[in-house]
Amino acid sequence: MSEAFLEIRGLSKRFGDQVILDAIDMDIPLESHTTVIGKSGIGKSVLLKCLSGLMTPESGTVRFSHSNQAVPQCAYMFQQNALFDSLTVFENVALPLREKERISKVALAEKVNDLLEQLELVDAASKYPAEISGGMQKRVALARALITSPEIILFDEPTTGLDPQRKFGVFDMIRDYRKRFGFTVLMVSHDVPEVFGITDQVAWLDAGRIAYWGPPQPLMESPPPELEGFLKPTLSTESSAV
Amino acid sequence: MIGRVGRKGISLVSELGELTLFSASSLGSLFLQRHYFEKLVRSIYEIGVRCIPITLIVGLFTGLVLGLQLYYVLTKFSSESLLGQAVALSIIMEIGPVFTAIMIVGQAGSALSAEIGIQRNAEQIDALKTMRINPLAFLVSPRLYAALICFPILTAMFDIVGIFGGHLTGVSMLGVDEGAYWNRIYESVSITNVRDGFLKALTFGLLTTSICAFQGYFTHTKASIPGARGVSQTTTRAVVLSSIAILASDYLLTSFLLEK
Repeated sequence: MSEAFLEIRGLSKRFGDQVILDAIDMDIPLESHTTVIGKSGIGKSVLLKCLSGLMTPESGTVRFSHSNQAVPQCAYMFQQNALFDSLTVFENVALPLREKERISKVALAEKVNDLLEQLELVDAASKYPAEISGGMQKRVALARALITSPEIILFDEPTTGLDPQRKFGVFDMIRDYRKRFGFTVLMVSHDVPEVFGITDQVAWLDAGRIAYWGPPQPLMESPPPELEGFLKPTLSTESSAV
Repeated sequence: MIGRVGRKGISLVSELGELTLFSASSLGSLFLQRHYFEKLVRSIYEIGVRCIPITLIVGLFTGLVLGLQLYYVLTKFSSESLLGQAVALSIIMEIGPVFTAIMIVGQAGSALSAEIGIQRNAEQIDALKTMRINPLAFLVSPRLYAALICFPILTAMFDIVGIFGGHLTGVSMLGVDEGAYWNRIYESVSITNVRDGFLKALTFGLLTTSICAFQGYFTHTKASIPGARGVSQTTTRAVVLSSIAILASDYLLTSFLLEK
């Protein structure tokens, strides 16, 4: 595995007396896909929010190394996409560049149209988010995240509320675009074991700490005893369905 | 009991402090962002242009009723000729700014609070932060400046239509002399009265827009229930608090301006 791109050291967060993250240490390799799994309400989204700056941790450091830019470009994809209802698909995708970069209208349109074409969204460019399907909305959110050429994208449960077919569609999309655009992925997901098919390593968050950190295969083949309870219901449901 | 009053007092002072910081940060951030003129024009359309019909309708009926009421009061003192002066001064100094502000709060303020509240719930405000876009600059500051521009203009429209409403009742329907009506207005209304009315409109614009935006922006912490009902709660609170703020600041401003 290559050297760490994102180093998290001693990251702690609490709400009142409740400890959510307890001195988390993680190394995310460059252009890798890491998935954080764990029970609902355990603090997975809090971890992403601490990394993106939406929440301030009590202690700990987050360091980007080997970054091409002085301030690494970090994008965030929200559970519900967080697209602006009153803006068209084109305007939503253009928003980060339009607001933050000095770029001519022609260059902006060219860049956005280019990305929309790559994500097969050209026909939806003039539509509003409410007028397109859930899957397309995900692609629009991804396009908005990609427009600033981020080095890392944080995905917060990107498949929430999607049927199994669309769920795999989103996973395929993330895997394909990661290969094509070469960004690092840190994802929070409940979709165990489906997500194991696209991730390089898994971080299992339990009681504020990383209970398992490593590739998904050993976890599938012989899960550690403390993880069995978490994985078994999913696996038994899968086998009964088959 | 004393403890509860104390806690309420501290919470009120702390909320006022938060509101002041929120307004100051919003006011200070408009020109730090790109495309601010475009956003300002859109906000002027939302707050100003869309409120013109309701302002004109309410202004007209207020003038009509005021003309009628004051005519019968003045008749008792055989002073019908003072109708123009009474209608104009009441509207310019008091009724115009207050009614216009309440109308704008009902139409644009509630919409602003609900829109920002929904944006908060849909994580759009968080999305702006992750894109390194200042949410106050993007969502609130154009609306605040638009309110500072639109409130005095809409108040002026209300004043003019209201005075014509008073004319319609007093002169056209009840037979007050037209010359006396306009002459009394010309003689009694000074530029100071007009300035005081606009000062009130500016104050109401700043206060109500800040309150409505503040309630929407912090719907996740201000409402006791999350989601749609939370937004409904904070929108209602925004309208109620804005109305109270209009009347309370009107009293303070009137006391201050009349003493000068």
